[in-house]
Amino acid sequence: MPSATDVSVELTVNGRSCRREVPARTLLVHFLREQLGLTGTHVGCDTTQCGACTVAMDGVAVKSCTVLAAQAGGHEITTIEGIGDEGKLHPVQHAFWAEHGLQCGYCTPGMVMAVRQIIADNPDPTDADVRRGLAGNICRCTGYQNIVAAALAAAAAMRES
Amino acid sequence: MIPASFAYHRAASADEALSLAAEHGEDAKFLAGGHSLLPLMKLRFAAPEVIIDIGRLSELSFITDEGSAIRIGALTRHHDVEHSELLAREIPLLAHAAGQVGDPQIRHRGTIGGSVAHGDPASDLPAVLLALDATFVARGRAGTREIPAGEFFRSLFETALEPGELLTEIVVPKPANGAAWSFQKFTKRAIDWAIVGVAVQDDRIGLINMGSVPLRAGRAEAALAAGEPVADAAAVAAEGTSPGSDIHASRAYREHLARVLVGRALEEARSRS
Repeated sequence: MPSATDVSVELTVNGRSCRREVPARTLLVHFLREQLGLTGTHVGCDTTQCGACTVAMDGVAVKSCTVLAAQAGGHEITTIEGIGDEGKLHPVQHAFWAEHGLQCGYCTPGMVMAVRQIIADNPDPTDADVRRGLAGNICRCTGYQNIVAAALAAAAAMRES
Repeated sequence: MIPASFAYHRAASADEALSLAAEHGEDAKFLAGGHSLLPLMKLRFAAPEVIIDIGRLSELSFITDEGSAIRIGALTRHHDVEHSELLAREIPLLAHAAGQVGDPQIRHRGTIGGSVAHGDPASDLPAVLLALDATFVARGRAGTREIPAGEFFRSLFETALEPGELLTEIVVPKPANGAAWSFQKFTKRAIDWAIVGVAVQDDRIGLINMGSVPLRAGRAEAALAAGEPVADAAAVAAEGTSPGSDIHASRAYREHLARVLVGRALEEARSRS
């Protein structure tokens, strides 16, 4: 018997619909990680600052530590697991690899999801556009130069394809 | 960090949201984009027993031209305010400032009404709406009323909204000279709250984080009205304010920033007009 503080959440994640009964206070990031096992979405600061938990909700980048799973009900979520795989990296993933846009890698899933948004908004971003678009993503290795280079390389590759 | 337990209700209409609010009284909070309330709940600074999710009320998401004013639905997201061609043309201060809130992900979720109703003096948009002489429309069980921005912010996180009242619209009069604007925000990192911020529209000056509520720089405005030069008006910009001291800045430094930023903002607004 569900309690008054439980909710039924039904949403689509990486193209697959799923449904879980969870406490209403469950955050989307915990729903993804703990209910669905999609641990590519990271919890960094847990305070809407670092962007490690960035996912796409109906195609736009959001911070999943500051969205209730219940708020995401009925929406389409895309996580880092949903954009490519080892055999066929997404162009943004490939660019992070080719440009060494990561050191420890903790921020990388969120960075990749944020860069997808930047390129979706503007297929030909400038260096300044990329830096502004990454305002909500923090790399504590401070490897920003190569992250920006990766974003620009990804945009160029996606324009050519 | 996980919020304290609550019961979750999703309202399908503004009327249903008001009914739920009446039913649950002071135990309930409205949840719009959640980017002010959820962080407070995660820190347990807020622990409502009931959440009324109004985030899907598309009836409250709009930007419409009413001739002398533009009406903006309370649930309009910062991203949509930032990218509104109507606002960019008629009230560029508001479109620009909405694009300075938080970061792209935050602007995809946060709403203009949520930012106003939250009543945080460090938020950007309340001071911007003060400088724009906006009016807020609230709906309660007893009907609809309009509250001038200057009477809305009462104290830290407290507004003129009564329990169970829902902010539905923000009405922004088109400025006499839309081009005469400036927005200055001093932060350490791009996404931070303003240590101090200044919004200028014509000769109205809104101050961010210079007291327990968003403020107008009354002394500086009076100096301008008396025909004094910008530098003299800026010199009195911190008079009548009561900024706090915290880890980011002392009170004296905030007062200094207010004087400097008001001077810059007035110069920029005049250079644009």
